[in-house]
Amino acid sequence: MMVTRRVPLVLLACGSFNPITNQHMRLFELARDHLHATGQYQVMGGIVSPVSDGYGKQGLALAKHRNAMAKLALGTSSWVTVDEWESQQPDWTETVETMRYHSERILKELGTHRDPNGNTPPLSCVSPQLKLLCGADFLNSFKVPGLWLDKHVEELVGRFGLVCVSRGSLQSERAVHESDLLHRHRHNIFLVTEWVRNETSATEVRRALRRGLSVKYLVPDSVIDYIHQHNLYTEDSERRNEGTLLRPLVKQARQPGKSLDD
Amino acid sequence: MQKQKVTEVVLLACGSFNPITNMHLRMFELARDHLQDTGQYNVVKGIISPVGDAYRKKGLIEASHRLEMARLATANSDWIKVDDWESLQAEWLETAKVVRHHYEELHAEDHNKDDVDTVHHGKKRRVDENHSEISRHQERRDGPKLMLLCGADVLESFAVPNLWKQEDIAEIVGCHGLVCITRSGSDPYKFIHQSDDLWQHHRNIHVVHEWITNEISATHVRRALRRGYSVRYLLPENVIDYIQERRLYSAESEQKNADIILAPLQRYTSASSSS
Repeated sequence: MMVTRRVPLVLLACGSFNPITNQHMRLFELARDHLHATGQYQVMGGIVSPVSDGYGKQGLALAKHRNAMAKLALGTSSWVTVDEWESQQPDWTETVETMRYHSERILKELGTHRDPNGNTPPLSCVSPQLKLLCGADFLNSFKVPGLWLDKHVEELVGRFGLVCVSRGSLQSERAVHESDLLHRHRHNIFLVTEWVRNETSATEVRRALRRGLSVKYLVPDSVIDYIHQHNLYTEDSERRNEGTLLRPLVKQARQPGKSLDD
Repeated sequence: MQKQKVTEVVLLACGSFNPITNMHLRMFELARDHLQDTGQYNVVKGIISPVGDAYRKKGLIEASHRLEMARLATANSDWIKVDDWESLQAEWLETAKVVRHHYEELHAEDHNKDDVDTVHHGKKRRVDENHSEISRHQERRDGPKLMLLCGADVLESFAVPNLWKQEDIAEIVGCHGLVCITRSGSDPYKFIHQSDDLWQHHRNIHVVHEWITNEISATHVRRALRRGYSVRYLLPENVIDYIQERRLYSAESEQKNADIILAPLQRYTSASSSS
């Protein structure tokens, strides 16, 4: 297949990034390699979108710090950037809402960028796509009662699509198989296998930091320096939002059709 | 009661480092945290000692490149250094000899030179002589202790026939010490328990749990590089740049030493067959 016929694609990762780790950035690399290997896509960029402070998750550091750390970490990436739009919203934003925002923005930007002389370049016949990049546990979060609205999941996988990185096991295949909704849109869900097991999580990084243990080589040095300078992750900081319900659970409570379990 | 004395420790990691990865560097951090947490040790230095080309492992690229990559990778560490002594030897060297060399280096400054030379160039000694020699050193002087840093796979390789000499294992573990990083799923205690040789020295074996599984291996990195996949965030960026500028890992480089028997196996197998 000709390169020019590839579908331009942008990957969006939503999450706490509390703090960003090498593993977060690794997901982007794995996803891009996988999509390029299909021969059908050209990954134009990646977006890291830290969740806003309103999310209410325990131990969540302020968005300004999480944004700053993500920017430091991605300073050397030629294609993944940080976008603050989601984190600047006064309330927690549904992921699908964030995707709509970026999708519109990308359509506008890529449209104008590629058409400087009024000519029609070969790519313009194919609109750029936006897909959500996630880890395997993300698929299972669809099953958590009250966390997602059906119509949002439908739009997320139906209109946009998912790129899900998992560790070789059948974990993500099973999640797709067990959900009728996901199974219906299975052609829009890309499962990427990570052959090297890497369990670096932000939770583990915070735990090590609280205990005074080294996190070098798990997160970039620039991020470690930033954490120490601002004394970000301590026993006190881990108690922030303790006992608070996650904002999605509150916001979406008593709305119809909230459960995927039935 | 007197306050417990804190022993200074130098960690030595031997291996191919083909290429060095974040996992190798991470092992040093985990080991240091663990040893210092005991309150008994203060880790003052880490040494990375890449194996010489004569090791003849499949896909092993020139030591000069492996050394340079290790130097680049440790440039931003204030305690891990690269040492080229092992890689400069014409012949493959048993790890025990590398350990011995570095132990002597550590104690050379405040030590009578004749004594160093006798240990260094000593002819084949009997094991117990070596033991007493080194333990005498340690009793006499409060110099740093040298410990070999390794993964659980090295510990388990002690059981592979013809790979290790029993007296070398006894010297490394008995006279010096081992810091062994284990991944979830492997049980080094069981392994140590099942080996009488290791059990004898089990107090010198420090097992460090890596709670965050991280399976970045150099083999995986080379495979990804051959196939044109990204290895970013698996090894330091300056190392990736170095590899890409020189196109170090290819299908061709992976064929180096193909079908050649690993130096230790060749040495010990021929020794035993001729006897």
